[in-house]
Amino acid sequence: MDKRLERILPNVQKPARYTGGELNEIIKDKSEVKLRMAFCFPDVYEIGMSNLGMRILYGVINNEPDIWCERVFAPWGDMAEAMRENKMLLYALESGDPVSEFDVLGFSIGYEMAYCTVLDMLDMAGIPLRSADRPGLTPLVFAGGTSCCNPEPMAPFMDLMVLGEGEEVDVEVLRLFQRARDEGWSKHDFLLEAAKIQGVYVPSLYEPVYNADGTLAEMRCLPGAPEKVTKRIISDLDSVYYPTNPIVPSTEIVHDRVNVELFRGCVRGCRFCQAGYVYRPIRAKKPETVIRQGIESIRNTGSQEATLLSLSSSDYRHLPEACDGLLDWCEPRNVSLSLPSLRADNFSMELMSRLQKVRRGGLTFAPEAGTQRLRDVINKNVTEDDLLNTCRIAFEGGWNGIKLYFMLGLPTETDEDVVGIADLAAQVLHVWRESSPNKQRGVRITVSTSCFVPKPHSPFQWEAQVTRSEYKRRVNLLRDSITAKNVTYNWHDPDTSFIEAVLSRGDRRVGDAIEAAWRRGARMEAWSDYFNFKRWMDAFDECGVDPDFYATRERSEDEVLPWCRIDMGVRTSLLLREKHRAYAAELSPDCRVACSACGAQSLLPKGVKCDG
Amino acid sequence: MDKLRLRFEKTGKAAYISHLDLMRVVQRIFLRAETPLRYSEGFNPHALISICLPLSVGTESLCELMDFRVKRDIDIAALPEKLNSTSPEGIRFLECYEPERKASGIKWLRIEGRFDYDHVSGENIVQPLLAFFRRESIPVKRRTKRGEGVLELAGNVRDFECEPTQDGLRIKCVISAQEPTVNPDLLIHALEQLSPELKPDFAKFRRVEIYDADMGVFR
Ligand code: SF4
Repeated sequence: MDKRLERILPNVQKPARYTGGELNEIIKDKSEVKLRMAFCFPDVYEIGMSNLGMRILYGVINNEPDIWCERVFAPWGDMAEAMRENKMLLYALESGDPVSEFDVLGFSIGYEMAYCTVLDMLDMAGIPLRSADRPGLTPLVFAGGTSCCNPEPMAPFMDLMVLGEGEEVDVEVLRLFQRARDEGWSKHDFLLEAAKIQGVYVPSLYEPVYNADGTLAEMRCLPGAPEKVTKRIISDLDSVYYPTNPIVPSTEIVHDRVNVELFRGCVRGCRFCQAGYVYRPIRAKKPETVIRQGIESIRNTGSQEATLLSLSSSDYRHLPEACDGLLDWCEPRNVSLSLPSLRADNFSMELMSRLQKVRRGGLTFAPEAGTQRLRDVINKNVTEDDLLNTCRIAFEGGWNGIKLYFMLGLPTETDEDVVGIADLAAQVLHVWRESSPNKQRGVRITVSTSCFVPKPHSPFQWEAQVTRSEYKRRVNLLRDSITAKNVTYNWHDPDTSFIEAVLSRGDRRVGDAIEAAWRRGARMEAWSDYFNFKRWMDAFDECGVDPDFYATRERSEDEVLPWCRIDMGVRTSLLLREKHRAYAAELSPDCRVACSACGAQSLLPKGVKCDG
Repeated sequence: MDKLRLRFEKTGKAAYISHLDLMRVVQRIFLRAETPLRYSEGFNPHALISICLPLSVGTESLCELMDFRVKRDIDIAALPEKLNSTSPEGIRFLECYEPERKASGIKWLRIEGRFDYDHVSGENIVQPLLAFFRRESIPVKRRTKRGEGVLELAGNVRDFECEPTQDGLRIKCVISAQEPTVNPDLLIHALEQLSPELKPDFAKFRRVEIYDADMGVFR
């Protein structure tokens, strides 16, 4: 072990996250491998190791015998400080080698608030932040992950970005890079060739051209740039690699359990939900696959808890079959199975009781909006009756806590909708009074609101975010409307949502502000311990970036958007249709009732139907 | 067969696994190796595993003992290898047996330590350091749950030896494991409080062997 590290570790919190050495970590002989990649996750170990995408890609890339992919996480503040003080460069967990010695750095960026951490990790690795300041081919710095569906804010820093699911495209990029390196290509020649791979966006091949009012005139294609970059997907989830023998962390992580993936995509089409659009088309695993992968993973990890993962578990067609198969194995072994993201409308109580035999604490639902009108606007197909019925069954079954999540600031929201949230909570309380078999235990109803952030590639991508003061006004209105003692109201502060709104729909100029914020000390901004609103405002100011231009301004439907070169599978005309229907409070059927021909099916091979 | 004891090492990277985390790590090792652990009764059953002398984070050990209980007879000779095949780096099981003595019979621990000195050569420290640990009284202030207290190290730290190395010194000694529990870090605190010029810039310890009150090897 590095001597400096040995001295630092006893003085930092949770040192086990900085050592590696866990079971199933992949060690290769560095003199034997042809390519070394640092898989960089811009958050702490406990978050990164809980991320299924990272675990999948770590396995996929290491399945290539001559490529060694190692893990790099962002150190917590105390560790980062100690490393800088001791002039220690960022290192990879497996080998302990500095990241700067690697051929390739691949960042997984799932959320915008991690942008500054990406820059901080590059800096801690001793690598220049900007692609333009890295003239050589090595190291290649690229990124993938959901945030990349608007690649522009991070465009100045990345050599390339991959869109969609990485299982195939990551390896294709690495192999091309290997060839380029061995044959001595220039970085530009490599990038030109890489841009021909489907799913690869090379920022330096596009030039933003602005109008006088600051909007984009065009994202100009430079020679060699494809007109559109279409995301990649895996069409057959039954045959694709799945990490059933994953690394078992030796220290507690956020989601310390086995993940069993059910399907990708979502049939619902909630209009505020970016994930619902960018993960299309819908592809499910066979129940046999789910059961086999689940049992294998539990067996290999010794985990006592497994969770079924997807955007909306209750929409998995084979849910009863898969649950039964897993429970038959889990129950005798005391392994608990949990099922998040159930919907209130087709929530199966019997299933829930079977799943949560031991823990009968709280249930969580996300009606998102307080009135039926507004739920229709966002195409959240949950009626008040659905929700109240579900609550009734839950209370009768012995649950005594319910959490309800809402967003404030959704398009077309009025004060009536805000007050509707309080009414809904009051009705849930009423249902409890009617149905609880054991009223002495009391009930906890928690209402939480967050400030809506309009996201790229969703039907609300043109919308204005409400201002922070308007959000606060609505919070006060709601707070004053909630009178019942048993209803607690928590609201998230709008500052983070505002910054998130700027970053998620930002253009390349926002990239300058990200760098400026980092220079002022921003990192790990997803943590309230570290988030600093004023620092962001100062950074915007310094760069001449008006944050309201990005967050609270409504875009016209024909405005050129920074992510216009990215095709996530869904046609813009469908997003527009959905936007118009939203304004008419008109529902769209989910994919099972009627396919809206959103375009995503064309990503599948000919003859393969969306959602089986 | 019900109560069993395992002797194991915790070295290298595994030294940084905290006591609490180690309990989970070990439990999972057992589960992967399909060991029929016995669980406590009650609403929230937990595996009946206990580590005899909890180790502080960063300290290595070649002689950890852990008691656990099983539901049915198992092949105890084969167990260590079975567990090792599914253990993280640095956790290595050495033997499994039915214990004859209770862990409360442990009294002494032999430890080794690395003392790094950045600005002086180890050779110049050897004599004063030996003299320090030969003092008749070495009262060291320490914070306990009950507030600040003073522990007398003389008599509870024995057979102190040291030899120069490239980075400083290698030390060896025997410390009291229980009643009182002498954490190796107290050696450093004692130097800091009573003879700061002898305090190493960095120290790292490793447990080597466990003894009973008569200095017989404890198993
Ligand atoms: S192609 Fe049809 S079924 Fe598939 S995601 Fe799009 S709308 Fe839904």
